[in-house]
Amino acid sequence: MSEPIIHVENVHKYFGRVHALRGINMDVHVGEVVVVLGPSGSGKSTLLRCINHLEVYNSGIIVVDGILLKTAKNINIVRREVGMVFQSFNLFAHLTALENLTLAQVKVRKRSKKEAKKVAFELLAKVGITDKADCYPAQLSGGQQQRVAIARALAMNPKIMLFDEPTSALDPEMIKEVLDVMLALAKEGMTMLVVSHEMGFARATASRCIFMDEGQIVEEGPPDKLFSSPTQERTKLFLSKVLQL
Amino acid sequence: MPSRDFFRNLGKTFSRKPPDLTEPIPTPKLGFIPGAEPTSRLDPWWWLVVGVILLVILLMVFQPDPYWNIFLFVRDGLVITVELTVISFVFILLLGLIGGLGRIAKNPVIHIIATLYVEIIRGIPLLVQLIWWYFAAPAVIQSFGEWVHWEALATYRSNPIVLAVVGLVVCYGAYMAEICRAGIESIHKGQMEAARSLGMSYMQSMVSIILPQAIRVVLPPVGNEFIMLLKDTSLVSVVAVADLTRRGREFMAAHFNPIEVWTLIALLYLILTLVSARVIAWLERRRKY
Repeated sequence: MSEPIIHVENVHKYFGRVHALRGINMDVHVGEVVVVLGPSGSGKSTLLRCINHLEVYNSGIIVVDGILLKTAKNINIVRREVGMVFQSFNLFAHLTALENLTLAQVKVRKRSKKEAKKVAFELLAKVGITDKADCYPAQLSGGQQQRVAIARALAMNPKIMLFDEPTSALDPEMIKEVLDVMLALAKEGMTMLVVSHEMGFARATASRCIFMDEGQIVEEGPPDKLFSSPTQERTKLFLSKVLQL
Repeated sequence: MPSRDFFRNLGKTFSRKPPDLTEPIPTPKLGFIPGAEPTSRLDPWWWLVVGVILLVILLMVFQPDPYWNIFLFVRDGLVITVELTVISFVFILLLGLIGGLGRIAKNPVIHIIATLYVEIIRGIPLLVQLIWWYFAAPAVIQSFGEWVHWEALATYRSNPIVLAVVGLVVCYGAYMAEICRAGIESIHKGQMEAARSLGMSYMQSMVSIILPQAIRVVLPPVGNEFIMLLKDTSLVSVVAVADLTRRGREFMAAHFNPIEVWTLIALLYLILTLVSARVIAWLERRRKY
């Protein structure tokens, strides 16, 4: 197998006295869709945020796209290759949907305004909200905002997409429209690392599922195997509660 | 005594809701319905400004002696007051922004310098600071010049207006720094994270994402500072700056008519502050998104 695009080795992270990540080892290869499951406070989001250095890890090694994060001179070079989608959307509130997509293209990718707009409209069409291009985030529904946020990340042509509970702040009707976009993305072969509780999504797209608890990876494997015959007691307990829903 | 609700409803009558762009704009109804959207674009509080200006004009026209004479005498002071306010405010905004960024800086040295500046300056009365800059600062500069044998500093001659601007800027900059800090901190941290996750640098994110949103938050307190500064410039009258207040005192010393002089001076200040308040309100309305 080829060199992993994300390589995580024995990573520890502390928040004050709280030991949030306790020796995480994980690889993600190009084209893989990895879904990270686990209860609240298990460190899934922290792991994701460490991978694009929004959180600084205390020890261990994280290599993203061949660059070691600890010694990276310019973290922005790593970040432009790693798209991130947040639970709370985080669209720029003072910019329209279109401007949300073009700003970083112009500032970071140094594209011309015209080129950036062209890319933006293509992506807005892809996520199905071309008609809302001139709306401000406050005028969009949660699902629409999250789709714009996905398009905004894609506009940078990232090699990897990180999703931090992208559907947790949405009501059930809107979850589907966001998951559909993510499904399409996975089918195109995008490398994705997804923190989510969407079991259906995991089953349909994940090449691998990782179950985390208390800052450690408890178990990992293909979704079918992990969901139907988990080996660890902790995984069984978690899945029995989640799959009941 | 009217009830609190009376005032609240009065406010509602005049306040303008931010336009809801998702809805088609309704066609304005004919006739005035109390509580309905005002049909004119003019901020009704402008009438207060017009009223005060009218009063001053009437005083000058029908009582030219002393009001018109006072006005002719103090008008250069009026210009100084406006200039002092506007020039100082530009530097205050600049210093406040730098101070505010310093207060949230992760670098401990910058953070400590900014915090010390804010804490020390806020703890000393403006009048004392102005007097210090006027009387003590030149002496400090001169003795420093003598010590290092630098002719230009040893024979330093102070300019009262420059020192007054310095005094106002240093003092108000500290308050402005706290306003800027609060404004920046009021923006959800997800905005910064989203900008950084797209590969934008800290400064790019600050300039393109955080500050434009913070401006909307800080506009009311910044406007408040502007009006306070306008009034506090009257303190420079004690440090040899011929502003509106000092010119009024000079006129009174010559003509012994305190009632007319100070009534007119008060009304002139009032016109300046009322106009400022309307401009600020207009800016605030423009900033809705």
